[in-house]
Amino acid sequence: MDMQTSLLDRLFDAGLLIETGVDGLYGRSGVFEDVISRFEGLISAYGGAEGAEMIRFPPGMNRAHFETSGYMKSFPQLAGTVHSFCGCELDHMNLLKCIDEGGDWTKTQEATDIALTPAACYPLYPTIAKRGPLPPEGGLYDLQSYCFRHEPSTDPDRQQMFRMREYVRIGTQEAVTEFRQTWMDRGVKMMESVGLDVEIDVANDPFFGRAGKMLANNQRDQNLKFELLIPVNSAAKPTACMSFNYHQDAFGAKWGLAFAGGETCHTACVGWGLERIALALFVRHGLDPKAWPANVRKTLWG
Amino acid sequence: MNSTIRELLSKHGGLPVSVETLADDADLYEAGLSSFASVQLMLALEDEFDVEFPENLLNRKSFQSIAAITAAISSIAPDSQVA
Repeated sequence: MDMQTSLLDRLFDAGLLIETGVDGLYGRSGVFEDVISRFEGLISAYGGAEGAEMIRFPPGMNRAHFETSGYMKSFPQLAGTVHSFCGCELDHMNLLKCIDEGGDWTKTQEATDIALTPAACYPLYPTIAKRGPLPPEGGLYDLQSYCFRHEPSTDPDRQQMFRMREYVRIGTQEAVTEFRQTWMDRGVKMMESVGLDVEIDVANDPFFGRAGKMLANNQRDQNLKFELLIPVNSAAKPTACMSFNYHQDAFGAKWGLAFAGGETCHTACVGWGLERIALALFVRHGLDPKAWPANVRKTLWG
Repeated sequence: MNSTIRELLSKHGGLPVSVETLADDADLYEAGLSSFASVQLMLALEDEFDVEFPENLLNRKSFQSIAAITAAISSIAPDSQVA
């Protein structure tokens, strides 16, 4: 094999990912999708017995909720919003003329009520808050959604549109921190069961700008975010394939998630970057899943 | 400097308590200073004292108390008048 060939090119050549002409925006083959689907089955096997409520939101969310979430404060560089043509017939003529002349036709597009979902759990908090007070035992939710982050890259493990599976726990501080610890332990076991080398490390979100440096340092100082790292594109710089996040009562306070007595709920989430995990498996075991080690195949395909 | 810091803390800290009730060494996070408010306070302090916090001071400890903020600013702007 030519070592100069990039991982992305190898994935294209093998037909696992399909080029679209935009960095970080790819089609997936049936083989690729099968790996993701089997891995999702493994996630459910670990977490399914706990009775999480399954909710599947589309990859767009209510723009008003997106604004309330404060995403633009922290990650304006990653956000995506949906814009559409909202003009009259004359505007349409001008639009076509502009496109025909190679002009910037997107300038006249207007914002819709939809923002692209940046993480699978973002639409959940306002949804649960709307239901009213939480029961004393809190809630547990099973989510999966395509997510968008504007960060074009030729590293296949940094895609602009990718799927995130999540379990979210809303409850007391004790319940949500225990939930996070349980999943950190399970995450390691799970990855080892499919032959992946993992390490867990404290982490921070990619907050924007100098102010963001401080938010990132605060997040690390308080051990709010951990990531499970697996080598994908580089052994020296392994890729975050899972994250374990404790939000304290920040989302509870922001969205009004509270118990019947009025006490604000704490929240935590565990997320899987499904494409990243599939890529880690392809890199570790080869591009043909039929040739993967028998124990790995048994874990995933039974 | 102390009174200026207190003034900026009052304006940007979003604290549920009056800044006057806080001792110089009182824990500002316990008093209700959020991560975002600490960032806004940091930017306001930079503007007021014409300094730039280096990366090693962009952390919770630097904003833990009024005394800690005073020490942080003094360390990056030794000429500032420390009241």
